[in-house]
Amino acid sequence: MWIYITRRLLWLPVLLLMVSAVTFTLGTYGPGDPVRVMLGTKYDEATAERLRSSLGLDRPVMVQYADYVSGAIRGDFGESLRYRGRSVGSLLVSKMWVSFQVNLAAMFVSLSIGLPLGFWIAHKQGTWLDPAVVASTLVLMSIPIMVSIPIVLWGLCLKLSLVPCSGWGGFFDLRIIVPAITMGIPGVAGLARLMRASTLDVFGQDFIRTARAKGLSERYIDIRHVLRNAIIPVVTILSFSLAGMLTTGFITERLLGIPGVGDFAIQAIFNRDYPVIMAFTLILSTAFVLANLLADIAYSLIDPRIRFS
Amino acid sequence: MDTSISNKGHLSRAFTRLCHKKIAVACLVVIMTIYFLGIFAPLIAPYGYNEQDYQSIRKGPTMEHIAGTDLKGRDVFSRVLWGIQNTVIITLVTILTGALLIGVSLGLISGYYGGKVDSIIMRIGELFASFPDILLVILLAATLKPRILNVVRWIEDNTLLDGVVKSGVADYLVISLALVSFSWVGMARLVRGQVLSLKSSQYVESAQATGASTSRILFIHLLPNAIGPIVVMVSMGMGTLIGTEIILSWLGLGIQPPRPSLGTMLLEAGSISALRVVPWMLIAPGIVAWSLVLCWNLFGDAMGDVLNPRTR
Repeated sequence: MWIYITRRLLWLPVLLLMVSAVTFTLGTYGPGDPVRVMLGTKYDEATAERLRSSLGLDRPVMVQYADYVSGAIRGDFGESLRYRGRSVGSLLVSKMWVSFQVNLAAMFVSLSIGLPLGFWIAHKQGTWLDPAVVASTLVLMSIPIMVSIPIVLWGLCLKLSLVPCSGWGGFFDLRIIVPAITMGIPGVAGLARLMRASTLDVFGQDFIRTARAKGLSERYIDIRHVLRNAIIPVVTILSFSLAGMLTTGFITERLLGIPGVGDFAIQAIFNRDYPVIMAFTLILSTAFVLANLLADIAYSLIDPRIRFS
Repeated sequence: MDTSISNKGHLSRAFTRLCHKKIAVACLVVIMTIYFLGIFAPLIAPYGYNEQDYQSIRKGPTMEHIAGTDLKGRDVFSRVLWGIQNTVIITLVTILTGALLIGVSLGLISGYYGGKVDSIIMRIGELFASFPDILLVILLAATLKPRILNVVRWIEDNTLLDGVVKSGVADYLVISLALVSFSWVGMARLVRGQVLSLKSSQYVESAQATGASTSRILFIHLLPNAIGPIVVMVSMGMGTLIGTEIILSWLGLGIQPPRPSLGTMLLEAGSISALRVVPWMLIAPGIVAWSLVLCWNLFGDAMGDVLNPRTR
């Protein structure tokens, strides 16, 4: 187990080096000249040359890459080409904080619907309710987010005028409701299924039979014995999915005008703001690899039958 | 024991089990209908995708335009049909080349030969898998697009082929390439696992002993055993693939206007101003996108149940 973890962690820097190399190559040999984008209509050869050399873009590619990597190791991701004078790090951190809040709200919606639902349908196993609820959560899960957002907006904002249609005002603002619902609902299906399976698992345990044999009330068994045991694996697995929450929201952010990191990254791709793209892919890749590793470890702690080699 | 009979028995049993699942059958019917409508869009669509009806601009659903018209007076229903065609072509091309051709063959190679070849292929796969996939696809599509357009223009200039750019082939290529680049990894891993578990079995050893060629062992002896999981993986992945294609065209990286795609139609219909004025524009593309993704998900689930050896 420890050997497995060490090997995965040692592999991480190699992987990041490769990811950065691929992104860097795409950036350097990709189309579009960042200098041209930056200058826009004020473009002329002399200014462009000066800018290019002040940014270090006229050096050999290998030198630029080596320079970037040594900076990135020290946590310096360079300066945004689009927003002059702002460091990529500070730009990304503030945007990520917004996305994180949106995702947190969405996760709250998923949890508060998914967990009780899964727990409840586990009790209805064998009746028509069980497959019906599972199927209807799947129906909700499959709705593409660019369809669900307009539907919710049309209802809540245009017809009922309950919430403002777009914008961002922080975690305790009415405007977080629409993204929380539309991003949270798809997660309900997975959570409910997980919770259902986990609850059914606990139902089959000996200690539940013992509790029944002692003559405890069903309600007491449910709360004291079943729920507490069933929720452990769900929460463990869930806590590690937090890392993956930074990327998924760019459609929501674009449609609702939320200044999050997803939309920012997409903009950076279209603006050829390569320092931002590089930093974002590196951060996300690290988060992905670490989250996968943690999830693997969590699974193996929950289910000792899983062995790594 | 005649193996061919028991093999047939397995697949036909799986098919019978599938027919017992009403939801799966219903989904298959929906999928086939939508694909049929899309593939034969030129014959079925009542109007052309760029045909404007100046008499009925921004009209809700009527008998003439059953899904209404958009801001330019174009028939939404016809445009949805043409949009389905694009989605169908792109997703089928991606599945056939990315998942089936590249994924399966790399999986076979890396599982059968093992050693260095195996670790190189799997490390490359890991590299692709560690990118946040949707971001990689967008990055690829955005950087590839002008390159591919240049290549296609060059071909147009230097050969007798004409109107290639206009036909949208380049757009198809860009999206398919971007989608292929991450869709092979899962398939390669799956096939590799299957091959690894069967490689040292006695029947493969005896085939090797009788002097069967490597390609014979791979394609006659090993591949048929992986068909079940491959079918499950493809049908489970289609929903996600269609979703990704819609996202790409939503971002403007896919088929270029005036050719319609489900993504661009959803983009046009999804803004607040469009919702205020022409809310019906969302209905047709929304229902099609939703039911395609849903039905593939449900169908994939059912295929998993039916073909999974543990629940057989």
